[in-house]
Parts: sequence; C-alpha cells; structure tokens
Amino acid sequence: MLQTTTSSAASAAPPAPVPEKADRTRVPRRSNRAARRERRTGLAMAAPAVLLLILFLIIPVLLAFGLSFTNARLISPNPPRLVGIDNFLRAFSDPVFLRSTLNTFVFAAVIVPVQAALGLLLAVLVNQKIRGVTAFRVIFFIPVVTSIVVVSILWKFMYQQDGLVNSFIDTITFGAWQGTAWLNDPNTALGAIIVLSIWQAVGFHMLIWLSGLQTIPEELYEAARMDGASPWQQFANVTWPGLRSTMVFVLVTITIAALGLFVQVDVMTQGGPLNSTSTLVYQAVRKGYREQEIGYGAAISLIFFVLVLIVSLVQRRLTRDKED
Amino acid sequence: MTALAAFFLFPLVFMFVSSLKPSGQILSDVDSIRAFLPVGDISLDNYAGVFDRVPVVQFLLNSIFVTVAIVGVGLVVNSLCGFALSRLEWKGRGLVLSVVIATLIIPFETIAVPMVYWVSKLPTLVFEDGLLKYDFGWLNTYHVQIIPFIANAFSIFLFTQYFSTIPKSIDEAARIDGAGWFTIYRRIIVPLSGPAFATVAILTFLPAWNQYLWPLMVVQQEELRPVMVGMQYFFQLSPQWGEVMAYTTMITLPVLVVFLSFQRAFVSSVAASGVKG
Repeated sequence: MLQTTTSSAASAAPPAPVPEKADRTRVPRRSNRAARRERRTGLAMAAPAVLLLILFLIIPVLLAFGLSFTNARLISPNPPRLVGIDNFLRAFSDPVFLRSTLNTFVFAAVIVPVQAALGLLLAVLVNQKIRGVTAFRVIFFIPVVTSIVVVSILWKFMYQQDGLVNSFIDTITFGAWQGTAWLNDPNTALGAIIVLSIWQAVGFHMLIWLSGLQTIPEELYEAARMDGASPWQQFANVTWPGLRSTMVFVLVTITIAALGLFVQVDVMTQGGPLNSTSTLVYQAVRKGYREQEIGYGAAISLIFFVLVLIVSLVQRRLTRDKED
Repeated sequence: MTALAAFFLFPLVFMFVSSLKPSGQILSDVDSIRAFLPVGDISLDNYAGVFDRVPVVQFLLNSIFVTVAIVGVGLVVNSLCGFALSRLEWKGRGLVLSVVIATLIIPFETIAVPMVYWVSKLPTLVFEDGLLKYDFGWLNTYHVQIIPFIANAFSIFLFTQYFSTIPKSIDEAARIDGAGWFTIYRRIIVPLSGPAFATVAILTFLPAWNQYLWPLMVVQQEELRPVMVGMQYFFQLSPQWGEVMAYTTMITLPVLVVFLSFQRAFVSSVAASGVKG
C-alpha cells in the first residue's frame, strides 16, 4: 500500500510526454499527432485531481508514517527529531491508549454483528411489496442524513438522569427499575454510545442490503415456493446465499466505521468517565492535536490505519474466495 | 413497522417540538407524552435566543459556501479525471487508476492529525496593507476547509466506472466530426451521465455539510466556522436546552429538506455506493 503510493508520487511528477516506444493507437489510421494529443489531454484532465490527491491524501499518509517516528509538535521552535519507535513503545505502555484500543474493539465487536443483522432485518421488511413501504425506507434513513453531531447532542440530552430514556424505562416498568445517568457511569457509557450509533447508521446498511436483495431474481423464489419451501427456508436457501458479496461489503464498511469512532465520544463524553469511552481516533486527536504532540498522535493514527488495512485485506480474501 | 418508524423518528420529533418550548418546560415535559407534543408555552423565543447568542447566519453561510464549493468543484475535477481514466489512452493511466483504487481504503481519521501539521506549513497568499504577500500556514481560512476535500478517490472511481459503460464508438464518431476531447467530455459524456453526477453530488454533500473534526482543528476564528462547530457555543456554561434544540433544528432542516426532495436519488446513490464491494 505505502509502496504503491510512494512510487506514484514519484512517477506522476514528470509530466513530459515521453516519446512512444510502440505505436499502440486503437484506431490504426489515426495519426501520430492525434495520439500524442490524446496522451497530453488525458494527463492534463487527470492532473488537477491527481495533484490534489498527492497533496492531501498521499503526502499526509507518508507524513503520518514519518512523523510517528519523531517527537514533532504542532507549534514548536525546535525542528522535529527522530526518536525511533519511542512513540509506539509509549503507546503500548500507556494505560489510556490500551483502554482506548480495548474500547474500540468492544465497540466494533458489538456494532458489527448487531447493526448488520438489524440492517438486514429492516431491509427484508421494506423489501415487501406493500403500500407505503417507500415511506418507511425514507423514515429509516432519516437518522443517516442527520448530522452525527446533532444526533449525539440529542441523545446526550435523552440519556440524562432525568431524561427521556429513563422516563421511558420508568413508564414501561411501572417504576420498578430506576435508570441511571447513562453517560456518567463507566459501566454504561460505552453501551449508551453503541445504542445511538446503531440507531443512527442502521438505515444506511438497510439500503445496501436492500440493493443486494433486489439483485436476487424473483424466479428463484417462485421455484422455491413451487417446491413448497417455507418463508424461512426461502430465506436460508435463496436469500442468504444470494447476499454473500453484499454481506462482505456491509461487514467491512461497518467495521471500518466502527474503528473510526470519534464524534459521538467527542460530543458526549470526551472519553470519560474514567476513559471508559475513549477510542483510538479520540486518543489520536487528543494527543496529536489538543496536546499538540503530533508525533505521538501520528503513531496512534498509524496503528488505527494498520487495523483498517487488516480489515480490508480480509475483505479481499473473502471476495476472492467467492470468485474461485 | 409503524412502531419501528416511531423509534427512528422520536428523537427528531422531540428536537423540533422542544425547540418551541422554554428550557424549563422541556425538562418538565420529559415525563410524559407531552415531550413529543407542541403544547404549553409555545413560541419562537428560542430561535431569537440563538440569533442573540451566536452569528448563526454567518455559520450557515459558511457551511453553505464550503459545501457548495466542495461539491461543485469536486464534480468538475473528479469527473474530468474519471473521463481521462476511462476514455483516453495516456501514459501513467494504469498507475493512476490503481493508486486511486488503493487509496479508497484510507479513512480521513488516519490522516487528520498529520494533515493539520501539513496544512500549517503550506504557503498561502494574504492581503496586508493593500499588498499581496505570501505567508505560511493555511489555518483559519476558507480554503483549508475546501481544497483538501475536492479530489475524492471514490468519486473518481464512480465516474470512471460509469463513463466506461458508455460506448467508445461515440468518441470515435465525434472525433471524425472534428470534436476535441474536451468537447466530447462536455457535450456528450456529461449530458449522458446525469445519474453519476447525482450520485457523486449526494455522496459528497452529506460529509461536506456534516464536517466536524477537521474545522474543529483548523478554524479557530469564529466568523469562518461552519454550523457543526458552532454547536460548541451552546455548551459553555449550563446549556439552555431550548436554544440548543432551536440551533440543532436550524442546522438539520436544510439537510432534511434536500433529502426529502431528492429521496429517490438519495436511495439509489447509496445503493450505488455499495456496488464497489
């Protein structure tokens, strides 16, 4: 990954049209001049985007890599100094970092199966041919278009000791069970963030599942029904196998989004109470930006990136298996 | 399914309704169904309060400007790149395409921290005493909120995919008629690619409007900040919940209106984003 990006940064730089080694024009009659112009136009059209990608994607990735081995600070009179793997050693002996990593994994471990399953359930529900089903699709999707900042603030209010969530619990249990101030309790804060995160994003994955469901040919269901398959058998033998590549995509996008948990934490808890909701990205921003230790923050970002990379490689593997 | 729909809507209904009530009543209504009903002391006072507390019009204009710039310029830059990648033969094409695909997996969170360092070192032009000078550091500008998000690997990828489904023979015919490549792009490919442009516009609109982490880090100056960061001004002391709800309503409504007017296009755009798997 990093190697390919390096080589592109290097090779995309010299834009001079090199004289062609073999004339590979698609239309034999086309003149050399036209071919040369095509080459130059192609490069010119791609150049703005390529340049911006180099400046604001590839260089920052390389910087993340480079800075993580230095003691760079955001505002500092001294130039950054190489410190080897100190930042990584520091991270792995820092209890707050370790707690953040654990929280990130716990969050992902709960979110991934639950959100994927609920998304599929909703997709099956809204895939029926009944009146008004489009309205439900739209409603389930509304939290997705609502900013996560707004969503976090709303739920923060609802999670208060005297908030909506507790008054609801009070009502349905007839006062038998008193709620708590969900976000102030180290035992419940992460769980509370998990619930609102699922609520916010499940509509997105419902739509992805839905588009997968709609690629399954109706004839397969007809055939299954002719053979007397029950709705559950139809799901297990027709729907589920037909959703394999959708499933891989859904699981991977949820996992990567879950590993990147940040806004909810920043708005609702600032990592507290007792670091019970701190996450990798939250730590990277806290150290790298708020405490200005760019080098250490970059090291944490890099660790996060390695996790994302692993997930993507697993996805590659899973989709390749399917093609074999 | 109606119960489910209620579960998805209740926080937003609560937000709209509460934005019309005094903060004290919001807290006392929580115990009953009144929390979801516009009853009691209903007024627009909270909205007036928001205008008194923060430059909300400025925040909204900032967000609109940044969003329109990212989406608008992005459509041109990314579609041109997609056109070059899908329809022209040029040296380095394969390399660029594979790099674009490889960079799809880099989440913004990975590069956010080093990127702050990077943009704080970039040169910029400034007006000072009527003179145009250059200085270093992109912090506290509009362009730092826009330029890094113009080029988008996923948009380029979608355009490339879409354009390559249009028969190449069209290009050949147009070229025989004497059309240049740019004319082919503008007069033939763009008009044929409405769905691709709609998809990219929708998928870049939402994150641009909802930007939070990045402006939080690079824009300290109040008058340049977008709406999401403006949120912070409501949590300094004890929050006036009525005003909070009025503010969140004001920054949510524009997106909801856009979404509800184009919901068909939204749904198919998200479905298209799943195709990359």
